[in-house]
Amino acid sequence: MRSNRDLKTPASVVGLGLAIGGIAFGTFLSRRRKGGADDAPVYARKSPPGDHSLVGRTVTIRKPRAELYSFWRNFGNLPQFMENVEEIRENGDTATWVIKAPGGASVDVETRVSDERENELIAWRSTDGSDITTSGRVEFTDAPGDRGTRVSLIMAYDPPGGAAGRALAKLFLREPQVQARHDLKRFKALMETGEITTSARRRDQTREAKQQENG
Amino acid sequence: MMRALTWHGTHDVRVETVDDPEIINSRDAIIKITSTAICGSDLHLYDGVIPGVMPGDVLGHEFMGEVVETGKDSTLKKGQRVVVPFTISCGGCFHCKIQQFSACENSNPAEKQDMSATLYGHPMAGLFGYSHLTGGYSGGQAEYVRVPYSDVGPIVVPDHLEDDKVLFLSDILPTGWMGAENAEIQPDDTVAVWGCGPVGLFAVQSAIVMGASKVIAIDHYPNRLALAKQMGAETIDFRKTDVREALMEMSGGIGVDAVIDAVGMEAHGFAADNMIDIAKQKIGIGADRAKALKQAILAVRPGGRVSIPGVYGGMTDKFPLGALMEKGLQVRTGQTHVQRYLKDLLEKIEDGTLDTTFMISHRLPLEDAARGYKCFHDEQNDWTKVVLKPDMEMAK
Repeated sequence: MRSNRDLKTPASVVGLGLAIGGIAFGTFLSRRRKGGADDAPVYARKSPPGDHSLVGRTVTIRKPRAELYSFWRNFGNLPQFMENVEEIRENGDTATWVIKAPGGASVDVETRVSDERENELIAWRSTDGSDITTSGRVEFTDAPGDRGTRVSLIMAYDPPGGAAGRALAKLFLREPQVQARHDLKRFKALMETGEITTSARRRDQTREAKQQENG
Repeated sequence: MMRALTWHGTHDVRVETVDDPEIINSRDAIIKITSTAICGSDLHLYDGVIPGVMPGDVLGHEFMGEVVETGKDSTLKKGQRVVVPFTISCGGCFHCKIQQFSACENSNPAEKQDMSATLYGHPMAGLFGYSHLTGGYSGGQAEYVRVPYSDVGPIVVPDHLEDDKVLFLSDILPTGWMGAENAEIQPDDTVAVWGCGPVGLFAVQSAIVMGASKVIAIDHYPNRLALAKQMGAETIDFRKTDVREALMEMSGGIGVDAVIDAVGMEAHGFAADNMIDIAKQKIGIGADRAKALKQAILAVRPGGRVSIPGVYGGMTDKFPLGALMEKGLQVRTGQTHVQRYLKDLLEKIEDGTLDTTFMISHRLPLEDAARGYKCFHDEQNDWTKVVLKPDMEMAK
């Protein structure tokens, strides 16, 4: 396992796609559906309030809520569809996320579950003193009829301070949104079909194989 | 290594040696191709009007063959003969469950969905050999192909039906059938079909099987009009006849009840707006030529139905939106939900209700595929449908 704990740049933040600063986001996240004058989620607003960025995405997955919740709650499963997460080790009430960083390095982030309701939601936040502050939240609600479950992933991140940090952030901060979207779609495919769709003709041409090669 | 037809640019396709496909996921199967056809929609790729095709891409989405390898969760067995739908469908998502297979949410890989989602508001499903908008899958104009979700798509065909009879289940037969179904044909209806290519011809045949009292086929190639006539249609040559006036007269002054546009984005025609559209397409500001569709919308009677099996990829100019609204028309279109029709259509082939071989004009070795594209493109009167056979020897 390659590891570089000194890597504190936004680049590594981006690998995770959910670095945030400050407790303010907690309230922000929990009020995400009451963000403005209408009923749309706050991350769909044309100019989200505050100077932080918010990533949010919902997919409907044709599987029961309990099945999706328990798959997600077993954090060790997440790297199967989260492309930039190499491994998640659970150690008691915390979990260590090994995040791929640019240049073939990786960075460890320790998280603790900050809120959870069985079959409804899981929220996590990096522990105090972690190199990176991150938080995320996934919610599971029943879709109408037999359409399955609506899964909403919300992550907030704050451009890190300092001129260099901001410059780097500019380079990378478009990525988390794309990453979250792709990760959620892969989660959906894995749950609905049992596999992650690939159009490759050969095993060594899959996205996963190419990334390991480049990593 | 295997031989395959690869795309290299506008009017540049080549048969080359490429890597064999492999089983990657557990529901995959590998099919050894015995027959594969060039589709009219492949000509849109050949003409370079579909975005997202990359040099080296293996084309082909009409194919059948023998199962030679299966993943552990495939329901196919080695040695079975199968026809493979051009639409890739996972079978597990909402759209597959309601039989809208060509809107499958999972068959286009997550990281490939962004381009079509940006263009159309939603990602397209995966299709074989039809650009990276639809997943970037290697197609079937090759010796072998990897078929994902092989437990959902392919249909096993009985040995006594030769390839030529069942090959078109992969696309054009269900596409023509769905084109007619989308026209909601009632007995006593007069139906007009623009385009006597394979899809138009199958739409003519389907409309007749569905009980239309009169089907009028419109084209300008004498040989293609003759094939439509052979299927039971009346015909109009748009180069010689004023189509709208003729359709009014042939429907007793009412207008046709339903219209089917089996032409799509590269319509022929010499009207000024069409020539402007051609010019725009050529210089890359990409307006779809929609001459046939515009004419169809004006020709259909008020309250009538407009069905569009023809392929469009982008925007079109001067669309008669007013006619659509003021006449209260219904429009239905879409990539074909192939898997929805396979069983019924196979039965109709077996009992002789549908003739699937009459339009095949040429059978070529796969090795000769580039010539097949050129002739199918340049000599549309005589080259009505090209079937490629990997096992066939090149003529000396």
